[in-house]
Amino acid sequence: MKSRYLKQELFIGKTGQKKIEESTIVVFGMGALGSAISEMLVRAGVGKLVIADRDYVEWSNLQRQQLYTEDDAKKKLPKAVAAKQRLQSINSQTIIKEHVMDIFFQNVEELAEGASILMDATDNFETRLVINDAAMKHNIPFVFGACVGSYGMTYPVLPGKGPCFHCLVDYIPSQNVTCDTEGVISPIVQWVASMQVAQAMQILSGEDVTPTLRSFDIWKMEHAEMNVEKLKNLDCPSCGIERLHPFLTMEKHTKADILCGRDAVHIRPPVPRTLDLKYLSKQWEQQTTNMLANAHLLSFQYEPYRVILFKDGRAIIHGTADITMAKNVYTRLTG
Amino acid sequence: MKIELNGKVHELPEHVKTTAQLLAFLELQNRIVIVEINQDIVLKDKYESHQLNTGDKVELIHFVGGG
Repeated sequence: MKSRYLKQELFIGKTGQKKIEESTIVVFGMGALGSAISEMLVRAGVGKLVIADRDYVEWSNLQRQQLYTEDDAKKKLPKAVAAKQRLQSINSQTIIKEHVMDIFFQNVEELAEGASILMDATDNFETRLVINDAAMKHNIPFVFGACVGSYGMTYPVLPGKGPCFHCLVDYIPSQNVTCDTEGVISPIVQWVASMQVAQAMQILSGEDVTPTLRSFDIWKMEHAEMNVEKLKNLDCPSCGIERLHPFLTMEKHTKADILCGRDAVHIRPPVPRTLDLKYLSKQWEQQTTNMLANAHLLSFQYEPYRVILFKDGRAIIHGTADITMAKNVYTRLTG
Repeated sequence: MKIELNGKVHELPEHVKTTAQLLAFLELQNRIVIVEINQDIVLKDKYESHQLNTGDKVELIHFVGGG
């Protein structure tokens, strides 16, 4: 069994390999980046992998989200569930813990606790700032990665060394400009994920990693990189002298946000709740069409909206990018 | 003027003279960007005042959210 890591061990050394096998890595988000990162990590032999994602598999994911199959899309399986099945079949020795959940300030620390490295594979700035705060609070390296179109970027956040993500990104920019208009191609996903995993392996094996921001446009073949040490902000509320970790203490509220490029809104209740999916499917049988149920969610057409209700109380309302409208639909359906 | 932007030579129109004007020219003025000119990062509050010169080596990375 040991020989499966032979080629990697020849390169990285016995000690490095041991560190990888003893590591616990959390991957936040299991879309394109999360799929690519997790597959590499599991093949590399990480000891424990924790994966978290709020979404389910759709046909439009298959072009670049390498862990998922047509069958997963037909069944509308939650990504974390489908990913675990595939990852476990790649490496039965890795302990894989999957979470079908939205990552936010109330659960991020629990996910991060005890981890060797946190891997960013989310699709929005807000969640990254939340994870960054958890990373700074618990002194865990956090490897940022993002891509849109043919352009991608990475940055390793190293506690106590160089700026954190909040030092670099001090407000949440509007994202509408990007995903909706530009799409994304899978080669850049692979570049970003590879950079992130290489940096994670370097951190684990004790290599010197510098606070370097890197970008690459794989279509224009344009590369940039810079050491951003100078941007370390001593007054940063996340990693500065007085650490308040503001993104871990935000007020409770029903959170609704527009899903990247999907004409859909994701809704999360203010406090976790458990929906009785069986009861709901009966209750709404008459007013809805195309009802599909599995152990994790309900999917149906309601008025002009395609609605996905998750067992944990979250919902995705398709057919609108209007947050208020989506919240209304959600309240009507779940009370 | 001619500058090197992310490793490639670019000819800038005459009205582009400062870092802020360069970002506007590239339509990145509303995005989060990190700009390095001749291996020195230009801080945000200097974008308006920092003049570009012919032959400047500019590295520019803008943040995106997807993943």
